[in-house]
Amino acid sequence: MENLFVNLEASLNRFLTATLPGSLPNLAMALASVVVILLFVLTNVVWLVYMERKVAAYMQDRLGPNRVGPRGLLQTVADVLKLLGKEDIVPVAADKWVFKIAAVTVLIPTIMLFAVIPFGNNLISIDLNIGVFYFVAISSTATISFLMAGWASNNKYSLLGGMRVVAQMIAYEIPLVFSLLGVVMLAGSLKMSDIVAAQKDVWFIVLQPVAFLIYFIAGTAELNRGPFDLPEAEQELIAGPFTEYSGFRYAMFFLAEYGNMVAISALAVTLFLGGPSGPWLPSWMWFVIKVYVMIFLFMWLKWTLPRIRLDHMMQFNWKFLLPLSLANILLTGIAIKLF
Amino acid sequence: MEKAMEREVFRADSPRTETITMNMGPQHPSTHGVYRAVLTMDGEEITHIENHVGYLHRGIEKLAETRTFTQFMPYTDRLDYLGAMLNNLGYAQTMEKLMGVEVPERAEYIRIIMAELQRIASHLIFVASYAIDLSSTTGWMYCMRDRERILDLFDMVCGSRLTTNYMRIGGVAEDVPPGFLPELQRLINDLPACFDEYDGLISGNEILQKRSIGVAPMSAETAIAYGVTGPNLRASGVAFDLRKAAPYGIYDRFDFEIPTCANGDTYDRYYIRILEMRQSVRILQQAVDSFPEGPVMAKVPKVIRPPKGDVYHQIEGTKGILGFYVVSDGTSKPYRLHIHSPSFVNLGVFPEIARGGNIQDAVATLASIDIVLGEVDR
Amino acid sequence: MLQQYAGIGVFFLVAAIFPIIAIGAAWLVRPKKPSRVKLDTYECGLETQGPTWVQFKVGYFLYALVFLIFDIETVFLYPWAVQFQVLPLFAFVEMFIFIGILAVGLWYAWKEGALEWK
Repeated sequence: MENLFVNLEASLNRFLTATLPGSLPNLAMALASVVVILLFVLTNVVWLVYMERKVAAYMQDRLGPNRVGPRGLLQTVADVLKLLGKEDIVPVAADKWVFKIAAVTVLIPTIMLFAVIPFGNNLISIDLNIGVFYFVAISSTATISFLMAGWASNNKYSLLGGMRVVAQMIAYEIPLVFSLLGVVMLAGSLKMSDIVAAQKDVWFIVLQPVAFLIYFIAGTAELNRGPFDLPEAEQELIAGPFTEYSGFRYAMFFLAEYGNMVAISALAVTLFLGGPSGPWLPSWMWFVIKVYVMIFLFMWLKWTLPRIRLDHMMQFNWKFLLPLSLANILLTGIAIKLF
Repeated sequence: MEKAMEREVFRADSPRTETITMNMGPQHPSTHGVYRAVLTMDGEEITHIENHVGYLHRGIEKLAETRTFTQFMPYTDRLDYLGAMLNNLGYAQTMEKLMGVEVPERAEYIRIIMAELQRIASHLIFVASYAIDLSSTTGWMYCMRDRERILDLFDMVCGSRLTTNYMRIGGVAEDVPPGFLPELQRLINDLPACFDEYDGLISGNEILQKRSIGVAPMSAETAIAYGVTGPNLRASGVAFDLRKAAPYGIYDRFDFEIPTCANGDTYDRYYIRILEMRQSVRILQQAVDSFPEGPVMAKVPKVIRPPKGDVYHQIEGTKGILGFYVVSDGTSKPYRLHIHSPSFVNLGVFPEIARGGNIQDAVATLASIDIVLGEVDR
Repeated sequence: MLQQYAGIGVFFLVAAIFPIIAIGAAWLVRPKKPSRVKLDTYECGLETQGPTWVQFKVGYFLYALVFLIFDIETVFLYPWAVQFQVLPLFAFVEMFIFIGILAVGLWYAWKEGALEWK
């Protein structure tokens, strides 16, 4: 069980090396892994939408979807089919090309993030030596698509939503990045596999509890999830940047959002929760379990708290999280030098 | 000096940026109906608000002139559709005042019970929608869960949950069914615990408090100048409640307090409702304890032809003073009927207090004023 | 080393092609009946008033400037953090002087009210 996927990968690699010349086997391996990751993300999103609705329902003393399929399990499938049959509306007033491209580009960073995530022992598609940095760099580009969507829609709610996305995501980018620095200092490497290996004895959440909290809060803001769901605040801005989107273009934003949630949770697991390691069960199973614990935390937060206000959100970041994350680096540095 | 001016150019209030005009409503998730506000915004800050109403105008006052006095009762349900019982009560008492009808004791008690239950139900909707306008969807669901039990009680007495049409000129349509009182007692016992739960989930939430305390404050002077009544006025510190100031029905027999808050901000306007619900529970308990036997309907002719003349009567509705003005020309139909609706008056103060805040504050402020468009537009 | 980045390129390509395929598939099955009203801008059921693409409030851009400073700082901090354990104490002190300067900058921005959202 433990080496199920590793063996599959190895045999595929052997087959490809035997049949393809030069550096092509490596590219073909990358292609295979991205397809697998794509499927992983898609199935997870389909499940997560259902899970989110069920979690919300049980927190609110109701049942949630329970009509389509056994226990409502096929609800999301039905929703996807519905979206597939929806008319695609591009408003006349919109900037057509930017509007259309935004729905495509929004998914690119989401998929690319998974390239450096270790899904299990030796189960990492591309173990970059700058893994953490790569993750941070790619994840921040997601902002662009949201701004493109918000601006191109030529809709006031979208515009305000787009502006909020930028203000929020760039603001929380900084504490997020700083919180990872503490881990990097402890591990002495940006390589994901090294960081996982460094946590063999003790998880970094124990050594860096403050960094984990900062990461969790900033991650919630990066995901635009409650209480930081200002960009798509339905009470004020209808759906923020996605107001004018319909059909499958809308589905792409939806997909990216839940995909990002998996990615941010996966990074938290890798950097703070010991990665895919754990007793008894195979490592990839531990990885999924830990990711889902993180995702449940995100959901719990969203369905308990009201939405924060824009100026409070900004103040909390610049006046609290940022100084705190700087202090965390300082303390980590001193502690490492002392012990 | 020069340096200061140079810096001024880069300040957020620089005159070189432009404002946008945006519609909030009529089809907007947070306007609770088809209210429309035209916002002029500089970024997220609201510089000007304009009220637009009338999207739900059905001409109820004009319709009344072609209906008999008895036939008009169901129309009152559709005014403030979250407070149907109180609308019924207001209209029935107006007509009784005009005709000089004495209502039986038991009917009076039933009316008090229904009115206070309706007040709680309406305030629960307020708390729920305030929570959801601040995106606390779970808070919404919890309030809805408890409101459901009140609606079930309405269902028991009159067969419908929202548009009750329960009260009649001279009493109530029917006596309460056998299982009603025990069920009501159970509800009364459970409600205080529910309010405590809201205190934990909604009132005590730090984000919610930060978003509402000090937001859109309304001074007592402003409130009185705009004619604001009901919980919104009491939140500004004015202890004015018609149930105490000019008791109608049998309210003078009950022991309850008029809660007030000091600041009149969004949080006070929210929290006053929780306090009022606790008082309503007190009234309910007293009404149940001294519930008399007897008929529930006075002797009233089948076709009501009130004497010539006009009458104005007002009660403390869920949102403020609810008044009915009826002019009778001696026939079976009113010559003119006017409704003083609290939501309409309270809405007038919205642009005044929400100006200068951002759009998120405006949503919270509108929710805290508690309007029902059925009543605003009539 | 470079092959790894070629792999990233493959990720990029597939990530870009997938939405195009998905939207293309939807294009095949979805109804196409545009009308003038349908293609209108949504604004609560009314026609929009005034332009949307205006000279927008500068408050957002002030934040962008502050962001830029700190984002560049992170670029310097990452290599330092990686080598932290092997670097001599001097590098440690040096970097904290650097962070200290930035903290002073943050304090200045704070004092000047650049962090107040207006």
